Amino acid sequence: MNVPILKVAHLSKSYGGVRAVANVSFEVVSGERLAIIGPNGAGKTTCFNMLNGQLAPDQGKVEFEGRDIAGLKPRQVWRLGVGRTFQITETFGSMTVRENVQTALLSRHRRLRSLLTLAARAYANEADALLARVGVLDLAARACAVLAYGDLKRVELAIALANRPRLLLMDEPTAGMSPRERGELMRLTSELARRESIAVLFTEHDMDVVFNHAERILVLNQGELIADGRPTEVRVDPRVREVYLGNRFADA
Amino acid sequence: MNIKHGLLALTLLAATAAGGNAVAQPIKVGELNSYKLFPAFLEPYKKGWQLALEEINAGGGINGRKLEVVSRDDGGNPGAAVRVAEELIARDKVSMLMGEFASHIGLAVSNLAKQRKMVFVAAEPLTDKLVWEDGNRYTFRLRPSTYMQVAMLVPEAVKLHKKRWAIVYPNYEYGQSAAASFKKLMAAAQPGIEIVAEQAPPLGKIDAGAVVQALSDAKPDAIFSSLFAADLQKFVREGNIRGLFKGRAVFNLLGGEPEYLEPLRDETPEGWWVTGYPWRQIKTPEHEKFLAAYEKRWRDHPRLGSVVGYATMYSVANALKKAGSTDSNALIAALEGLEMQTPFGPIVYRAVDHQSTMGAYVGQLAKKSGEGVMVNWHFADGASYLPSPAEAKLLRRQ
Amino acid sequence: MTASAILIQFLNGLSGASSLFLVAAGLSIVFGVTRIVNFAHGSFFMLGLYVAYSLIDRFGHGAAGFWGGVALAAVAVALLGALVEVLLLRRIYAAPELLQLLATFALVLVIQDFTLWAWGPEDLLGPRAPGLSGAVNIAGHQFPQYDLFLIVLGPTVLLALNFLLKRTRWGTLVRAATEDREMAGALGVNQKWLFTTVFALGALLAGAGGAFQIPREPASLYLDLSVIADAFVVVVVGGLGSIPGAFLAALLIAEIKAFCIGIGDVTIADSVISLPKFTLVVEFVVMAVVLVLRPWGLLGRRLTPPRRVGAVERPLALPSRRAVYALAACGAALALLPTLATGYSLILLTDIFVFALFAVSLHFIMGPGGMPSFGHAAYFGLGAYGAGLLLHRGGLPMELALLLGPLVAGVGALAFGWFCVRLSGVYFAMLTLAFAQITWSIAFQWDSMTGGSNGVIGVWPAPWLASRTSYYFLALVTSAGGITLLWRMFYSPFGYALRAGRDSPLRADAIGIDVRRQQWAAFVIAGLFAGVAGALYVFSKGSISPDSLAVPRSIDGLVMVLLGGVQTLTGPVWGAALFTWLQDAAARNVEYWRAVIGLVIIALVLAFPQGLAGFLRDRFAGERHAP
Repeated sequence: MNVPILKVAHLSKSYGGVRAVANVSFEVVSGERLAIIGPNGAGKTTCFNMLNGQLAPDQGKVEFEGRDIAGLKPRQVWRLGVGRTFQITETFGSMTVRENVQTALLSRHRRLRSLLTLAARAYANEADALLARVGVLDLAARACAVLAYGDLKRVELAIALANRPRLLLMDEPTAGMSPRERGELMRLTSELARRESIAVLFTEHDMDVVFNHAERILVLNQGELIADGRPTEVRVDPRVREVYLGNRFADA
Repeated sequence: MNIKHGLLALTLLAATAAGGNAVAQPIKVGELNSYKLFPAFLEPYKKGWQLALEEINAGGGINGRKLEVVSRDDGGNPGAAVRVAEELIARDKVSMLMGEFASHIGLAVSNLAKQRKMVFVAAEPLTDKLVWEDGNRYTFRLRPSTYMQVAMLVPEAVKLHKKRWAIVYPNYEYGQSAAASFKKLMAAAQPGIEIVAEQAPPLGKIDAGAVVQALSDAKPDAIFSSLFAADLQKFVREGNIRGLFKGRAVFNLLGGEPEYLEPLRDETPEGWWVTGYPWRQIKTPEHEKFLAAYEKRWRDHPRLGSVVGYATMYSVANALKKAGSTDSNALIAALEGLEMQTPFGPIVYRAVDHQSTMGAYVGQLAKKSGEGVMVNWHFADGASYLPSPAEAKLLRRQ
Repeated sequence: MTASAILIQFLNGLSGASSLFLVAAGLSIVFGVTRIVNFAHGSFFMLGLYVAYSLIDRFGHGAAGFWGGVALAAVAVALLGALVEVLLLRRIYAAPELLQLLATFALVLVIQDFTLWAWGPEDLLGPRAPGLSGAVNIAGHQFPQYDLFLIVLGPTVLLALNFLLKRTRWGTLVRAATEDREMAGALGVNQKWLFTTVFALGALLAGAGGAFQIPREPASLYLDLSVIADAFVVVVVGGLGSIPGAFLAALLIAEIKAFCIGIGDVTIADSVISLPKFTLVVEFVVMAVVLVLRPWGLLGRRLTPPRRVGAVERPLALPSRRAVYALAACGAALALLPTLATGYSLILLTDIFVFALFAVSLHFIMGPGGMPSFGHAAYFGLGAYGAGLLLHRGGLPMELALLLGPLVAGVGALAFGWFCVRLSGVYFAMLTLAFAQITWSIAFQWDSMTGGSNGVIGVWPAPWLASRTSYYFLALVTSAGGITLLWRMFYSPFGYALRAGRDSPLRADAIGIDVRRQQWAAFVIAGLFAGVAGALYVFSKGSISPDSLAVPRSIDGLVMVLLGGVQTLTGPVWGAALFTWLQDAAARNVEYWRAVIGLVIIALVLAFPQGLAGFLRDRFAGERHAP
């Protein structure tokens, strides 16, 4: 349980002289749920995108299960066992929910070059099992383009799980959802993380979600890591209170 | 099957059932051309062959049988033209093919004619290849080719003893071979001439200002051009404004054809040497007869296309008459050496290369009450500008 | 070149740039706001020229008559533009992307025939501009006064447009809509009104562009298509939606052309290179280079991907057992046909088989791949030339040439595709067009190999395949086989990955798909099958010429796919059959057959915006979804 699967060391990124992320280091252990928070422009997204491969860091190391993944492309990062969901859902709208998951499964088994076999039956059972796990099996034959937002988030989760990830990166997982849906999605995520010991690293604006579902919280401000600890510790950290939480949180 | 064809079939059926074979079946000829692609030339062309067809049938048709033309637009590209030709052969059961304007389409149809063993009288395509390099047994051509028309201009060019020449031509086979023939014939006739500039603008897209400037910078004594249609008009206007033609002799292939000359009107460059058709001034009986009939029928004056269409139709009719059959071999035998009258005078279809000896008028341009006309012209008989039969035989591949 | 010659060619380039810019600016604005690829823009230009000619003819050649005629012509074309937007385009904004392209293509056909009917076939050369009819002496050269006027006109229009877009409320709305259509909608912009006015302005600029050409070129019937290609190139090189970009691009292209002509022949290492001949294709070479180096043009910015404004594509369901049987029955009926019919129906069907395979190969990248190629004819033509030349020059037996010819297309697609898949949307489309034009120009110029503009004749099938019936069977088997393979790929893992990359490149990347590689592979497959169609074509015609890889063939392919329904499986086949048959039947029975085809397409577009097959699916399959 205490083996770190992700080690981030001295991660930095600048845009035209402005340091978006400066010398950030942290570790994530297997099965842990970790939130990254911070005010707008704190560098959360930049930091996130350096972990999932969308951005290459200027400096620093990102080690996943002992392997440096900094600068790898998203598709390579994914192959190593890092799944992700997007802030605004990204699914294949013209394909059915089942086909979405099947595509991910086919990719995992490196069968997407196959030109003349029929994909419809490939990994259909496995896909359905994943859909059942996230609770959208009844929608399997619907096109993603016609799904409700909350359901899409679940489909994304199923797609992310298709590669049996050890680490799940979720960018603002509950953005755009109703409070009820937020709770449900995060409960589902926590449960999956626990059951399959998947580490979950997520950014989030909603403090209820953060404090209810994260085991550890990282706080970024102006690209620097200013706090790293359990919710109870972060809650009382004077620096965090000063730059970000302010009095809003004192009442909670 | 469309309604028109259905009706036709019904009528034919009824006719056969009712009257037996009292009336002989008409002889069908397939005609195809790029009517939408080159309407300026081909509308008069169509009027020309229609007039001829009416005359032929009024005069009793072909040995008592009516002549019928099945005319089709060829779709404007070789692939579609081949399909249309196939249709004429397979569905309309025509006995001969005639028509075509563009060289590449004409070649494709001539190629099909050979494959299907069907005689094809090419009306207009100018490419030399049609009768020489790529000539075949089934293809005949009426109009004087690029080479012939260049050869008609060259004697006039030689007379001027100009040393420095600039050449401008549309960048495709017709222009390229006109330029090549001109250089070859001039070098032979006047050793030591110099080509100081060569411009080959894309067909239909001449950048006239820049081309005129480039030619003028080369300081030529004379210019040989094979531009036509919109390119020619743009070139003439820019050249006039920029003074390119001042003190320079200019030769322009096809420049005197009414299709291309008439739009120039008061822009007409005086003194240019051209090949063309001075329709107002030709006073031979055969032409006067044609002119009167044409103006009466269409209430319009003929263009060169009219003469080509008219003479093509008569070539077909005369071949059918002489052959006395619609068999391709008989038609080839009839066409080889066929002598006949045209508005431009008598012609012969040479047996050796299937090229007719139709000529063209060579003269100079002038302005007359705001319209371009040809002056100082003479008729150049095609026969005098063709290679000898022995040479022509060598030019043909097979 | 002397210094004064350089100066004059530079000025020639400037006046050419102004002419180009006038047409391109309107196209750019229209595209920026409505995202319509307006093929009819060149037709508006042509109409502007014709109308101005007639008006000046009526008003007289004096200053009032001339300038009044020019202005009125532009206004008339603007009104026509507004009418087209209201009556036609407005009805199909919700249709699948690119359907508007089909509608504007139909307009081109109608306007072509209308112009021929109204003005007749002869070129009409207008008068010189009163007051600007002569030349001024510049560095010892006579330079037309009117060209000086044009040199001033271009930048003036640029400034005026800049003012209109930056300083007026209407311009702010236009810019907002260019940046983000939905946002503009949210701002409470009356979108309908905005689109109509934008379209009218675009048409006004096109009409003015044509009218101002009166003293420089005759009104002729080829102008529409020759202008539209140039205008697209300028717009894309400049960056879609960027007016200053269009100006810069027009300047670049016009100057390069002027200097190619001015410099003339160059001798490099004993071989003479004719730069004037290079003007045949120079703008497309410029476009290819610019797009490879700057994927969004000189001054363009990455477009907000059009967030699926139209109908979202439905999942591609496996054809039902019944549908498969029905298709098989169609195939069987076609196989039995030669026992009943001979002659022409077999020839027409052979053409339809060839074009069906061509259309399906285009659909493969356009539909599931989301890559609308405007230059697919390149691969058709490469296959055709490959097969034809292997037989003609290589001396290979026809059977072998037919097999190997498509590989030439495959190699072409491999090379060009590598660059193309780096771009998306209209930029992708235009780069494919550029490569197709470059390929065309090589076939056109390389006389000793390809036979130049005349092409090569005498490429007939082997004797056992020479009869119409046996070639019919060859075409049927090859085309049906090719189409079956391609359709199978739609449902293969490869097809899933391809659709995935189209629907969401981000997600596809995040599940391990190398989207570009996938698209590249699809591009090559599509090129290969287009090459098969081309090879079949060449032996059915016995000859080959550059027409087989020219722009009209590419457009035909697009029309077939869109007519049948880009979001369906079998649509392109029906589209190919209908379009080929329609061309044949219309050309046989009516004089103004292009107008008839155009009107039929417009009627079909309005009645079945989902395409023929899409309509049938909606009508008979109800709301059935994938299994």
